[in-house]
Amino acid sequence: MESGNVLITGMETLFNWARLSSLWQMGFGLACCAIEMMAASASHYDMMRFGVIPRPSPRQSDIMIISGTVTLKMASRVKILYEQMPDPKYIISMGSCSNCGGPYWEHGYHVLKGVDRVIPVDVYVPGCPPRPEALLEGLMKLQEKVRTQSLARA
Amino acid sequence: MDQTAIHGQLQRAFGDQVGEWHEMKPSAYATRYGSYADVKNVDYLRDVCLFLRDEPELQFDNLMLLSTLDNGDGTLSAVYHLESTKHKHTFALKATVQAGHAKVPSVTSVWTSANWHEREGWDMMGIEFTGHPDLRRILLDEEYPGHPLRKDFKVPEFYHGMKVPY
Amino acid sequence: MPEVLRYPVSRNEQHAPAKVVPAEIVEPRRLKTEEMVLNIGPQHPSTHGVLRLEVVLDGEMVVDCVPHLGYLHRCFEKHTEAMTYPQVVPYVDRMDYLAAMNSDHGYALAVERLMGVEVPRKVEFIRVLFAELQRIASHLVAVGTYGLDIGAFTPFLYCFRDREDILEMFEKTCGARLLYNYIWVGGLSHDLHPDVLSMCKAFIKKNRATHKEVNDLLTFNKIFVERTANIGVLRADVAINGGASGPMLRGSGVKWDLRRDDPYSIYPELQFDVCVGDGKFGTLGDCFDRHWVRMLEWEQSLNILEQLLEKWPQDDKTDVQSAVPKRIKPAAGEIYSRTENPRGELGFYIVSKDGINPYRCKVRSPAFVNLSLLPVVSRGYLVADLIAILGSVDIVLGEVDR
Repeated sequence: MESGNVLITGMETLFNWARLSSLWQMGFGLACCAIEMMAASASHYDMMRFGVIPRPSPRQSDIMIISGTVTLKMASRVKILYEQMPDPKYIISMGSCSNCGGPYWEHGYHVLKGVDRVIPVDVYVPGCPPRPEALLEGLMKLQEKVRTQSLARA
Repeated sequence: MDQTAIHGQLQRAFGDQVGEWHEMKPSAYATRYGSYADVKNVDYLRDVCLFLRDEPELQFDNLMLLSTLDNGDGTLSAVYHLESTKHKHTFALKATVQAGHAKVPSVTSVWTSANWHEREGWDMMGIEFTGHPDLRRILLDEEYPGHPLRKDFKVPEFYHGMKVPY
Repeated sequence: MPEVLRYPVSRNEQHAPAKVVPAEIVEPRRLKTEEMVLNIGPQHPSTHGVLRLEVVLDGEMVVDCVPHLGYLHRCFEKHTEAMTYPQVVPYVDRMDYLAAMNSDHGYALAVERLMGVEVPRKVEFIRVLFAELQRIASHLVAVGTYGLDIGAFTPFLYCFRDREDILEMFEKTCGARLLYNYIWVGGLSHDLHPDVLSMCKAFIKKNRATHKEVNDLLTFNKIFVERTANIGVLRADVAINGGASGPMLRGSGVKWDLRRDDPYSIYPELQFDVCVGDGKFGTLGDCFDRHWVRMLEWEQSLNILEQLLEKWPQDDKTDVQSAVPKRIKPAAGEIYSRTENPRGELGFYIVSKDGINPYRCKVRSPAFVNLSLLPVVSRGYLVADLIAILGSVDIVLGEVDR
């Protein structure tokens, strides 16, 4: 059975490496952070060299970068989009509006104070807006998380 | 044309329906852009606006902004800022109604830009614009409780299962 | 021979183009069609943010188009009632996030006009320098994403490459790339960084080459012209009555620019042309004209920057915060003040009741009013044209929804 165990571990490493090198992103920009996300995909910072390609449909993507303020009206749509993504899926919450409500935390009657009130988040990237390099660091932290995930452990 | 002259023309045409001229003093800009005329009888509002748009000397063909105001003493106001691209003059009107019975005639038939401004006035402040072709909320959901920009608005605790305050 | 039919058949003939197609190519009378409602949802690659369009289609032709807003409503006006006048400036940034310097300028000007505060000449120069740089940055995004909507990917990358230079100048001065909180009521938050003027000179030269490149790649490209000429025609009188402003109004041939017609700051001393559309490749007021106005305005902004660099007060050592009042507490009163944003006329209606917070601050956002003309402009065209029309309106949802 040891030979069986070594085979499973090898497969995990292989699958995880494949997953983290080609995290396809669903293009979902809400507000100002979306401009920094676009700047991160443009030629100066170039997110595509990490394997992150923007796809228009949630059915074809692995990660969703929630960039911008989530309002109460938009929250149900975010949930629907999250449920449409196939597993394994990951969420990066970019910017302080989707982390915790951002500058609108005190008097925003229509702002959801953090997207983690409706969907589970894997990586939080702080900033208002975060620099493209901060987003890339968040992406690399997500890649670390994917590298250590396993089918056997929870 | 000078704004006081325009106000004079309005008073000659509409008499008591148009109220007094309130002039702002702090700076030349404030005088030009902050002064306004009251409209005493809101039923005549659409006629006043048509007069302002169609008179050859006035020709206010652009409604710059239609805003709503909660005066804090039980009254709401609708403020109209007008401009003429031909004569390059500006003017402002203010119509005040009671908060419990907030109905103002719609000026969508005069300037089409008023359409969305009035929908927003209904959404945020609760002023009903009578005669509007499609008065429904524009920024918030139809079932959102209350009109947020009123001074006595309370933030709801839960909305569709989501906790709203921080 | 069967008679020729007018195509497309639309409800509102005034605003539809009259293209006559011979009957042997298509015979709509034989087809029984029903109307279909298509939802171009809040999540879509080319709605420039979270805008929902409910489109009623007859085949591929748009019969009606209803925009649904509010997916980014962030309660700006309620926040202004709780914050002090200087604290409102970061919130103003976040409304039109592509033209944050221009928006800050508009708000600071409104409060200064209400209080009667004059700012030093050096501060005016820096404000106009950054406002024009921000105008170029905003038009770069508008043109780049418009090309992306139509299907051209390369101009997007070239535009963002140049935008990085502008953002570097902003970052050197105030530390932020996108949302600055730089133009304060009565002055600025930081003095100009000593390198910025020479960076600006180098940037102007480089950007003129990019302008020519984008014109060659995109504007005079046959495919782009076919997709944007004669599409989304907006008549001048409909535009003025509907409250349009900025490139949307100037694309229809109306020569109206607030920097000329209601001047503020040091614009009276600068020479620039007010660019209008002229029906170059199609009807006056089509999508191509609006795009052409943006390209011309980009060039005019570069000219303005050159004049500023020539006229710069070199040895002026005034402190940029010297005119900032100790307590920003305007007397009771109200004002409506407007400036020319890249998208149009940005207006602030501020009511003050002698307190440290504004009693009411209503924003007249140009994108909101321009978007209200979308149903009028898009009736009778195809669905693919609708995307081209939406791109030419150039909306920023943060400003539409506030």
